[in-house]
Amino acid sequence: MIRFENVSKKYGQTLALDEINLEIKQGEFVFVVGTSGAGKSTLLRVLTREILPSNGKVMVGNTDITKYKDKDIPLLRRKIGVVFQDFKLLDDRTVFENVALTLEVLGKNDEEIAKTVEHTLKLVEIWDKRNLFPRQLSGGEAQRTAIARAVVGKPDILLADEPTGDLDPKTAWGVIQLLNEINSWGTTILMATHNQEIVNTLKRRVIVIKKGKIVKDSKEGKYE
Amino acid sequence: MNRAFQFAKRNIRRTPFQAIAAIMVMFLTFLALIIFLILAAGSQAALRYFESRPQAIVFFKEGTTNQDISTIENALKQEPRVIYTKYISKEAALKIYKDENKSDPALAELVTASILPASLEISTKNPEDLSIMAETLKKEPVVDSVAVPEDVVQTLTQITTIIRTVGGATVGFLMVFATLVIIMIIGFKIRLKRNEIEILRLLGASPGFIRNPFIIEGIFYGAIGAIFAWIVSYTMLWYFTPFLSAYLEEVKLLPVNPLFMLEILGSSILLAVIVGGLGSFSAVRRYLKI
Repeated sequence: MIRFENVSKKYGQTLALDEINLEIKQGEFVFVVGTSGAGKSTLLRVLTREILPSNGKVMVGNTDITKYKDKDIPLLRRKIGVVFQDFKLLDDRTVFENVALTLEVLGKNDEEIAKTVEHTLKLVEIWDKRNLFPRQLSGGEAQRTAIARAVVGKPDILLADEPTGDLDPKTAWGVIQLLNEINSWGTTILMATHNQEIVNTLKRRVIVIKKGKIVKDSKEGKYE
Repeated sequence: MNRAFQFAKRNIRRTPFQAIAAIMVMFLTFLALIIFLILAAGSQAALRYFESRPQAIVFFKEGTTNQDISTIENALKQEPRVIYTKYISKEAALKIYKDENKSDPALAELVTASILPASLEISTKNPEDLSIMAETLKKEPVVDSVAVPEDVVQTLTQITTIIRTVGGATVGFLMVFATLVIIMIIGFKIRLKRNEIEILRLLGASPGFIRNPFIIEGIFYGAIGAIFAWIVSYTMLWYFTPFLSAYLEEVKLLPVNPLFMLEILGSSILLAVIVGGLGSFSAVRRYLKI
């Protein structure tokens, strides 16, 4: 599904990723852990082609995305949902409109959008909040909206960059359970996090990054 | 594309003051343009009118025979600079005199055909040829005098040139100004929507999906400004028509042909679409790095 082959990324003299070799199978739930500045976010941003690696190949399916031309990048991003720590919702749009945005980008018609957004908002249990604006939502509701927006287009891969970073433990668990459920549909999830408790409780594959290098990759790993 | 229109509509609705400012700038620009076009067309038509009228009148000495006048008229007809000649006999001159003084019968009664000279009205293609022709004709022994009302044409030619030059320069300046204002407003909006653009990019929006609403927005400001300017200028023209008609007297310029005004509307909208589109396209190229 996803394969990194000798991927490095340099910012001037700083090595953000150092010879990363990694394979993630379809349907896996993978935690990427490490301290701030370890290279977790860079790894995710390489996958969305926000960043072009300095060396190496990044295979998504059978395609090396480092070879993508600029005009092909939107096609790649339509296959990948992204969730951020700060939600990145549009303040001037309602929950419904924020989620609908993904489908508008995909060129769906209004009828299809209405049906799919309703279905997704019910799945993430915020259908009753559909007419509220982001500022009227709690942190957990805002993150559920962001997750709904990321998955409404049925992407193959979901990248979550510290999705629980700004949430209290109880709300964070709600979000993790939701991601777990999305993973059970067959979506590959790659989640960057600091949260030891979540990683250790879920017992999924854990990749530890330190100074841009993978220092540990364990199947039912722990974050120590 | 439908979605692009929806996004553009939302952008406009959510920043109404910028939209009003952009429309007002475009309105002023196109108001100036339309007024200039009307003035240019009007002065051109007036010039044509005066040019088509007998510009010089050759008066013949008493006792000049019809044969002499015919010889001169035929010679003038061979002259490529002359476009029109008309012989006015003494009797015809009296009729014209009487018609012009209908309101004062005493004046009309005092004059007889014998005291009015026979004359020849001539027009030239170019007003500047008139004095040359007049000088040539004055040398003819049967010619008494030549009246050249060239001042009207000369003044009108000057006015037309001034309108074209000043109006053209003003409109050119305003077009550049309007394009820069559109660049500024759309550029500002792009900066304001940085987060939205970033999110759209991450969701896989194509460059066209992100750019088109901004370009449509620029075109919309231009087109609405031009339409308002046309409505206002047509209303003003319609309102002042009675006054201007009286002032212009025999020069039949008013009321303006509605087809001409529709042509102005069409060309203004086309130009507005170009200015608005060009402005927003430049802003998108300059500020929207996708």
